[in-house]
Amino acid sequence: MDLLARFLIRLFSTAITLFGVAVIVFTVVRVVPGNPIAMMLPPGATPADIVRLKALYGLDKSIPQQFVIWFWGVLHGDFGTSISLRQPVLGLVLGRLPATLELATMALVMAILIGGASALTAVRFRGTQIETGIDVANGAALSIPDFLWGLLLIIFFGVLIPLFSISGRISPDLQLNFETQFYLIESIVRLRFDVTANLLAHMFMPALALALPLAAIIGQLLKQSLKETMELDYVTLARTKGYSETRVILREALRNAILPTLTLTGVQFTFLIGGTVIVERLFSYEGLGNMAIDAVVNRDLPLIQGIVICFAVIFTAVNLVVDLTYAALNPRLRHA
Amino acid sequence: MTALLEIENLSVALKNGPRLLRSVSLRLDRGEVRGLVGESGAGKSMIGKAVLGILPRSAEVVEGRILLEGTDILTLPPAERRRRIGRIAALIPQDPLTALNPSHRIGPQITDRLVDILGWKREKAEARALELLAEVNISAPARVMRNYPHELSGGMRQRILIASAFAAEPALIIADEPTTALDVTVQKQILKIIAGMQARHGTALLFVTHDLGVVSKVCQSLSVLYAGKVLEDTQVADFFRAPGHAYSAALLAATPKYTDPEGSLMPVGPEVLAAVQAEVDAADREWRHV
Repeated sequence: MDLLARFLIRLFSTAITLFGVAVIVFTVVRVVPGNPIAMMLPPGATPADIVRLKALYGLDKSIPQQFVIWFWGVLHGDFGTSISLRQPVLGLVLGRLPATLELATMALVMAILIGGASALTAVRFRGTQIETGIDVANGAALSIPDFLWGLLLIIFFGVLIPLFSISGRISPDLQLNFETQFYLIESIVRLRFDVTANLLAHMFMPALALALPLAAIIGQLLKQSLKETMELDYVTLARTKGYSETRVILREALRNAILPTLTLTGVQFTFLIGGTVIVERLFSYEGLGNMAIDAVVNRDLPLIQGIVICFAVIFTAVNLVVDLTYAALNPRLRHA
Repeated sequence: MTALLEIENLSVALKNGPRLLRSVSLRLDRGEVRGLVGESGAGKSMIGKAVLGILPRSAEVVEGRILLEGTDILTLPPAERRRRIGRIAALIPQDPLTALNPSHRIGPQITDRLVDILGWKREKAEARALELLAEVNISAPARVMRNYPHELSGGMRQRILIASAFAAEPALIIADEPTTALDVTVQKQILKIIAGMQARHGTALLFVTHDLGVVSKVCQSLSVLYAGKVLEDTQVADFFRAPGHAYSAALLAATPKYTDPEGSLMPVGPEVLAAVQAEVDAADREWRHV
């Protein structure tokens, strides 16, 4: 099939997915107990006050009616106004998104580096104590969830050996007049490496907490498929040519063994992004996830909707990138 | 004159397990074509694997020497052994469908050894690959160099693997049942190509097969194996005239004849198998005593 047609079909199915997500989140936040009006009014407000405020936010209409009004706005780029922060949702979400993207990307890079290195090392020394040691470490990394890793890291690197900052995104005394919200990228572009270092020091622990479980998954799966690939005929043939074990692993086996890991990494990366919600909270990192918790606590319906849609867009984009990378790495798929 | 390959008393065993090769000795001179015949599991491929340093991880050499151009490769440090084997020997593998890397193009898979191991210039290696592909009767070598393995047929891929084995002009090629995985019609062509290449390049060939017909066409000498033990080491002409071991004779009698397509197959008789097994057991007892 022609690439453009494939892309259009993909775009269409993505739109349907996002619409479904919108319907579900819109309904669910209105059906669950607790409402924003109760959170806003002081104790002893009269029923008349409640009715007036409900009408102000359009919460007096039926859910389908509310949805149509909201969705019409979304199609025109208006995601509504946050009830608790009294600002447009779109601006709030886009303001926080870069911080989360930088954190999640950093975590992904760490997970790939740690997981990849552990898999390659374990395969290079397969059948020895080194492989056993790596298996044990992977088991530990996998069985401890990200927020618990966060707490452990705080104890190690925040309290016992205070190497890294435990809270926030940047030191308050270092506020550069940033033009964008992509602080890390901007600091590099503007050659302010002191700021970059400061940002990285803040990012290190939350990113590592998010990365460790994913690193363990990548490490285990990649090791397994590498070991299987190392037994295949073309790898054996390469050995007879005089290549060293390390060269054989990197040159012959890795590219073929990496495909299943790639798919799983894509799926697991979306879990990692979900994990930012609680890990950002733990480290008071000013990202989308941290804002999501506030939005839920305050029953800030428009903001919750906006954040969930934003996460959904990220998830589908990640899946698209995985599929494209898969096709690029596997020549057998290119003509299919 | 030192032999190209001399295997002395080689025993390979599963780790803490039984022997797969039982004190095998054989000699191959430059340019000689020797067949290694036997039933499945007789250890004929295992000899080739031991020489090429690609024994499975579960197996190990427990005794003996493998002299390649006079040097015992088993005593060399791993890196040096690898380089030495890569320079002197090459493999034509059994199954062409799995022996090419699916994510590399054909070109680099032929030239990799020349460029990476022998340090040739890429252009020179590519010119050489084109030459070799033409030599194995591939009609559009330049196009094939750019193909991926999955775009080519099994016979085509086996020809590529043959060309690749001859690329660095090795003194020794081990052909591990190179026609077994192929269609009968293609088998003959491939056999012809291997024989032709061998004759032109003067390469010594260790031809692993269970097909005595192939041996009679391609080989000068042969070793008959049973349960990892060499039963007979002889010249092909002598073997077909008068096999030197009862098992060899039974094996020869078991080969279906094209001249008698209706004749029933003759299995190797139980008394022959019992005798040869007794021989193997005796060798094992003797080996444990040493």
